[in-house]
Amino acid sequence: MKNALSPRRRAYAFLMRMLMIVAVGLTGMLTLFLIGYVLMRGLPNLTWELLSTKPSYLSDRIGILPDILNTFYLITAALFLVLPLGVGAAVYLNEYARNKKLVAVIEYAAETLSGIPSIIYGLVGMLFFCQFLNLRTSLFAGALTLVIMNLPTVMRTTQESLKTVPQSYREGAFALGAGKWRVIRTVVLPDCVDGILTGCILSVGRMLGESAALLFTAGFAHELCNFFEGLGSAGATLTVALYVYAKEQGEFDVAFAIAALLMILTLLINFLASLVGKRLNRRKEV
Amino acid sequence: MKKFIAAVLPAILALSLLAGCVSTTNPSGSGLAGSVSTDGSTSMEKVIGALGEAFTIENPDVKFTYNPTGSGSGITAVSEGRCDIGLSSRALKDDEKAQGLTETVLAYDGIAVIVNPENPVTGLTLEQITKIYTGEITNWSEVGGNDAEIVLIGREAGSGTRDGFESITGTADLCQYRQELTSTGDVITTVSQNPDAIGYASLASVKESVKALAVDDVLPTEETVKDGSYKIQRPFMLVTKTDTALSETAQAFFDYITTADAAEIIANAGAVSAN
Amino acid sequence: MMKKVKTDKPAETVIHGIFFLLGLVAVGCVLLITVYLVIAGIPAIREIGLIPFLFGTRWASTAAEPSFGILPIILTSVYGTAGAIVLGVPVGFLTAVYLSKVAPPRVRSVMESAAGLLAGIPSVVYGLVGMLVLVPAIRNLFHVPDGASLLAAILVLAVMILPSIIKVSITALDAVPKEYEDASLALGATPIETYFRVSVPAAKSGIAAAVVLGVGRAMGEAMAVMMVAGNVANMPSLFQSVRFLTTAVASEMSYSSGLQREALFSIALVLFLFIMLINAALNFLLKRGAGK
Repeated sequence: MKNALSPRRRAYAFLMRMLMIVAVGLTGMLTLFLIGYVLMRGLPNLTWELLSTKPSYLSDRIGILPDILNTFYLITAALFLVLPLGVGAAVYLNEYARNKKLVAVIEYAAETLSGIPSIIYGLVGMLFFCQFLNLRTSLFAGALTLVIMNLPTVMRTTQESLKTVPQSYREGAFALGAGKWRVIRTVVLPDCVDGILTGCILSVGRMLGESAALLFTAGFAHELCNFFEGLGSAGATLTVALYVYAKEQGEFDVAFAIAALLMILTLLINFLASLVGKRLNRRKEV
Repeated sequence: MKKFIAAVLPAILALSLLAGCVSTTNPSGSGLAGSVSTDGSTSMEKVIGALGEAFTIENPDVKFTYNPTGSGSGITAVSEGRCDIGLSSRALKDDEKAQGLTETVLAYDGIAVIVNPENPVTGLTLEQITKIYTGEITNWSEVGGNDAEIVLIGREAGSGTRDGFESITGTADLCQYRQELTSTGDVITTVSQNPDAIGYASLASVKESVKALAVDDVLPTEETVKDGSYKIQRPFMLVTKTDTALSETAQAFFDYITTADAAEIIANAGAVSAN
Repeated sequence: MMKKVKTDKPAETVIHGIFFLLGLVAVGCVLLITVYLVIAGIPAIREIGLIPFLFGTRWASTAAEPSFGILPIILTSVYGTAGAIVLGVPVGFLTAVYLSKVAPPRVRSVMESAAGLLAGIPSVVYGLVGMLVLVPAIRNLFHVPDGASLLAAILVLAVMILPSIIKVSITALDAVPKEYEDASLALGATPIETYFRVSVPAAKSGIAAAVVLGVGRAMGEAMAVMMVAGNVANMPSLFQSVRFLTTAVASEMSYSSGLQREALFSIALVLFLFIMLINAALNFLLKRGAGK
């Protein structure tokens, strides 16, 4: 028995379906256009010379090696600090905390942190890290700013990962006489490595794309340094360099090359994150 | 997978610590070490950048930094002790000199009045420029161009370039800008993208993406800046504190750039050396 | 009798303490940021006066007679965010409904990766493409002298908030119990009617959360907007060069000094309070939704 729909209902179904398809199509086309346009204008300019030299006024040449290194140093330093902080906080929230109110406060604080605009982080970072702690404009100040920004991400992913560890694991270890820290160290955390790794990868993606927070904390220099020197001095990351080359110097070819590089790195990171995510799901099913 | 990560990660970290250790083969190692920090005018970027680079090639242990923040804040930076040498693309005001700052002329630079290459106009009189910037002339057709609204591009108020431009054209505090940008390069970029825009920028930074107009029939070139026939020009100043001596490295840099040897580098960068 | 195992009590207490401190770091950071912003932002407000600051219509921080009214800047942020929401939410919402309910699994996973990619693109890249493609396009299409305008910023912001809206809405829609939908279908509703008249209202608070997330993101974006909006503090108008709260801080900070610099901190404080208010609204909506 087929119930005929009234014309109005049919029109409604048709209209909504059309709207949805238009919306999805729009989203898809925008993504394709952005990626395609950036790669098309950027890849041809991504020469080896660009990637491996530093800019020189005397020979009128632009190179982004210092920016690549600065980005790498910054992310490494920031990860080095945010991992213990974030994992530690998540461990506290999930394993140690008894006071429900305290847990709520901490979680609210983390949520608040993730909503604050990056320009405010840059400002406070400049005031606190560069001026008050006297770190001056340096990659280290920038790294510390990024640590605060990404703390909520690492905390959240680690917490979710901790929650999936079966309570029986912990109880079994306790029954064998292990202390709490030992249990966490040897039973719970190793099981969470995939989740923590996901948090890492997500944070790296965010840090890679960050620019407003770094403008006033890490500065604009293009000097080649090794890791420790680099942390102590100002340096432009890829995103900040893109901004300067595009807006202040009109070097659009270089800007697009950097954009293409960033796009490729973003694609890689997304791909890595989904790989780790799949491994996580597979292990959960076991 | 975990073993792979555990093996690769330390390797990458170890490599990174070594990266950037540029070994310069410098036969005449001067042994001069330390740092020189400069801060200020964005118009002076090419000139000071080239000078700084040449200096660090001869003294590889010296660290040279340049912070492009604009003339006004460069002067503030040096008076607050946040940098060694301040860079200003205008002469110091009396109250700034009274704060204990000394100026030394490094070079002279023309302020080019630039338009988009598609714009048919090739020259304007100083009077027309004043009228355009105060809003009396609003359409390109009034000065021999297309029938289009003139888009005024200028600099932020701390800019030495703006100060020089406005004082010579007599438009101080009267300009009606469409956009106020924070660097010479930004003005050039913006004008290069809009066929109806007009802006002013340091001659040393002008590129083929924009066209420099003749002012009162004089095109801005190094010669016309040098002999003064191009009217819109201003000095590139090195600003230092009167009472505090510069560090040895900074003093060496200062001496280096004010000698006649550096004049060629300055000329290549597009300005006219004062020495 | 069981021998008491040595549980290493002092070390355990120390470690508990360490983790406790680590847990408090997040709270400490929020306090730090709030305190710094308030300390940095209050002096200028006190000197300029709260009403002239918030409601003054002229921002001329570097004129000979400076004026620090940020009403045009506040309004620009409000209108710009509103515009981005008006454009981005319908597209994002409809996409989410489609992907969550209608799309075949392959299309869904492809589109979800696309949304993830959009989310990961750095804001300066958005700004770059906006500057070189959108701004000239606006100039040519609408015959305005300069394409850098509020409209350009709205379009860029709309695209930037799209992925967050899609992601959160999909999560909310997926969480709707299947029984609701089955019941609706059993009563004779078409699938589309079910989705829009049953599932969506059931996911209402989640979708509201998505919108508030988008608002927060749009209000806080600085770099992309700096490259396409022109940066003069005019009262907001679609084709005028405008300045947002974020770009006001970012563009003048590097060369500011004295009262101007303090005024910029005050702008940052205003922005911070706006965002806090929005987040409070978010929590309120979520609690109401969860309480149902």
